[in-house]
Amino acid sequence: MPKKFGVRILGDGCKGCGICVHFCPNGVLEMSGEFTPKGYHPPQKKTDKACKGCRTCEQMCPDLAIYVEEEGQ
Amino acid sequence: MKSGQHPYLAGHQGRRLFDLGDIACAWGALYAGCSFYAGYPITPASEIAEFLSKELPRAGGRFIQMEDEIASMAAIIGAAWAGGRAMTATSGPGFSLMQENIGYAVMTETPCVVVDVQRSGPSTGQATKPAQGDMMQARWGTHGDHEMVALCPNSAQECFDLTVRAFDIAFALRQPVLLMLDGEIGHLRETFDLRLPQGMTPLPRPPTHHDVPPFGGNPVPPLVLFGEGRFLHVTGSTHKPDGMRDVTTPAVHDELVRRLCRKVEQNRRLLKDVEKDVPDDARTVVLCYGAPSRPALAAVEQARKEGLKVGILRLRTVWPFPGDELESLPDSVRAVLVPEMNLGQMSREAERYTEKSVGCLSKIGGVTHTTREILSKLREAA
Amino acid sequence: MAGPDDGRREHPLARYLRPGTLPSTFCPGCGCGTVLNCLLRAVDRQKLDPKELVMVTGIGCSSWIPSPMFRCDTLHTTHGRAVAFATGVKLLMPQRKVLVIAGDGDLAGIGGNHLVHAAHRNIDLGVMMVNNRIYGMTGGQCSPTTPSDLFTTTTPYGNLDQPVMASELLVSAGANYVARWTTFHVRQLTKAMEELMNGEGFRFLEIISQCPTHFDKECKRSPAEILDSYRDNSVPFDKAEEPYDGQAGSKLTVGVLADRKRPGYVRRLAAVEKKIASGDGTSGDGPSGGEGRK
Repeated sequence: MPKKFGVRILGDGCKGCGICVHFCPNGVLEMSGEFTPKGYHPPQKKTDKACKGCRTCEQMCPDLAIYVEEEGQ
Repeated sequence: MKSGQHPYLAGHQGRRLFDLGDIACAWGALYAGCSFYAGYPITPASEIAEFLSKELPRAGGRFIQMEDEIASMAAIIGAAWAGGRAMTATSGPGFSLMQENIGYAVMTETPCVVVDVQRSGPSTGQATKPAQGDMMQARWGTHGDHEMVALCPNSAQECFDLTVRAFDIAFALRQPVLLMLDGEIGHLRETFDLRLPQGMTPLPRPPTHHDVPPFGGNPVPPLVLFGEGRFLHVTGSTHKPDGMRDVTTPAVHDELVRRLCRKVEQNRRLLKDVEKDVPDDARTVVLCYGAPSRPALAAVEQARKEGLKVGILRLRTVWPFPGDELESLPDSVRAVLVPEMNLGQMSREAERYTEKSVGCLSKIGGVTHTTREILSKLREAA
Repeated sequence: MAGPDDGRREHPLARYLRPGTLPSTFCPGCGCGTVLNCLLRAVDRQKLDPKELVMVTGIGCSSWIPSPMFRCDTLHTTHGRAVAFATGVKLLMPQRKVLVIAGDGDLAGIGGNHLVHAAHRNIDLGVMMVNNRIYGMTGGQCSPTTPSDLFTTTTPYGNLDQPVMASELLVSAGANYVARWTTFHVRQLTKAMEELMNGEGFRFLEIISQCPTHFDKECKRSPAEILDSYRDNSVPFDKAEEPYDGQAGSKLTVGVLADRKRPGYVRRLAAVEKKIASGDGTSGDGPSGGEGRK
């Protein structure tokens, strides 16, 4: 049974730099129209895409505002 | 390591030596428990580094020659946070370079000792000749509002004693302490004994660190260091009592800087160290410190033999300045004479505290005052 | 209060952070944040107890990388002098991993002297130079690593200097370990940081990092585009046709530039101390000083 991964976005810390969206190899993320408390647009996970758990977004994020969790943990 | 407890030092305890004031200072550091020295060669202080490069490792400490005086001051502060009792020594040009990091030590409340064996300036000046031109720099050399503690020996024995005292003060107040030698005292040879100084006013004990924040206190914080699991945040930026930076709240800065100043201000009485001999009917008082105090003492003795009513105030703590001594001079005093090897530094400070006439007997050019010069001024003033 | 723990989720690296220190004060997309991410990851991968670490920083944006976010003993010092402060810490806490993090202006400009001497000394420090090729915190002035001809706030007619090549300089100064990566190369950065934490002698890591706010060229691009350019314009050091000269058109060489196993300063000092202790420590051999001026 292949593992399932969830992308957790910590909106309070995100500054909307777009690095995660750009570097996700599977195009799982897109910038949202929402606002963080500081007025930035955070990313959101596309509903029709599955995260493969590579953690590129987690490792590149300058704000520790996104990470990947194995579902069912 | 407590004062003089290393077996190597115990083996020398009680010896009488005949050596330079610089060397006596270095011995004093060892007996004060100095465990780290970082320095840079400069006349007339190099002997302190040379001596400690050899002896400090024997007494369980570490020595390093750094690439410049800025790095030396930085290294002793780093060592202090790592638990060291740290010292450096320099002269005017190096003292100028150290000012920024001395201010860092003040702001971060880092205990350490800085020796300035003053030489003739400004700039390269007369590199091998003594002077007392850094006294105001000692007080105000680093930027910003701050207090400073500076001691001034006038003999090899005092170089030893006041170095021990400097370490005591640094750790009691969590503050850098300056030791203002001059090239004359640093380079003369005299006997001195390797025994801990007696009879000095005991200093307040800093609080233990159970309930006082590491950069708080009333006014001295506990000595909390790296490696105690407290995850300290030490910064030269304005900070709250927990050490975290806050440069935007005016009250935080006000509270911090005033508390730093109170550490010295509130302990003026304990820091004061003056050799005082002022008869109630004195007409002239000599205010002196360092090398000129020796011919001054001789001049006062001779003047009294001639029937002149002369008093003497010899400072061993120059900062904070004992202004109360000038405020409380007998009414009979008409003049204060300040022999100094500069164009008027401590004399200007003295003027602030008294309406009486303050005259500076300046001597620059690298030669100390003579007894005759001071005596002749005392006769004039009579 | 904003932070990684928004009440519902906690970032896996949050336990290394001082509470309430996120979001950081870094600009959106600043490479400094990525460096912090890699640093925490390097600590985590090694299961290091932060009590083993001491962080020493200088003045500038990158000096804020561990300060105040990373929860460990931290000494945030004066501009350019972090390496000298760290030397004092290391000599009296030799068992601790002492790391310096500061920028190009701090380490290679005002601090250049201390950097070079530390390498010559092979003092056991891990030094990370976050090189954004500009003085960012003060508003975008020219730095010692700014490429020639670039316009900055203090070079309005173009930079007349050649950029300082800090990594290359320290290789020739004898540093034990020298590596260069960019903030695109996050996995390699993390590994290199582990090397800095564990090695002996002077270990240096240059990190080419984006300043999307002040570095002239980068103001016109998004952070992601800048990172793309780091990826596209970097070549492994040992496969490069030409050495990197720090200039705008030059290919960035990345990788390990030096990896030597010379004994570090602490080891050499300890050997001397051992000789003193067993030799003439308490034999009564008189102290010197004051005799025979040379």
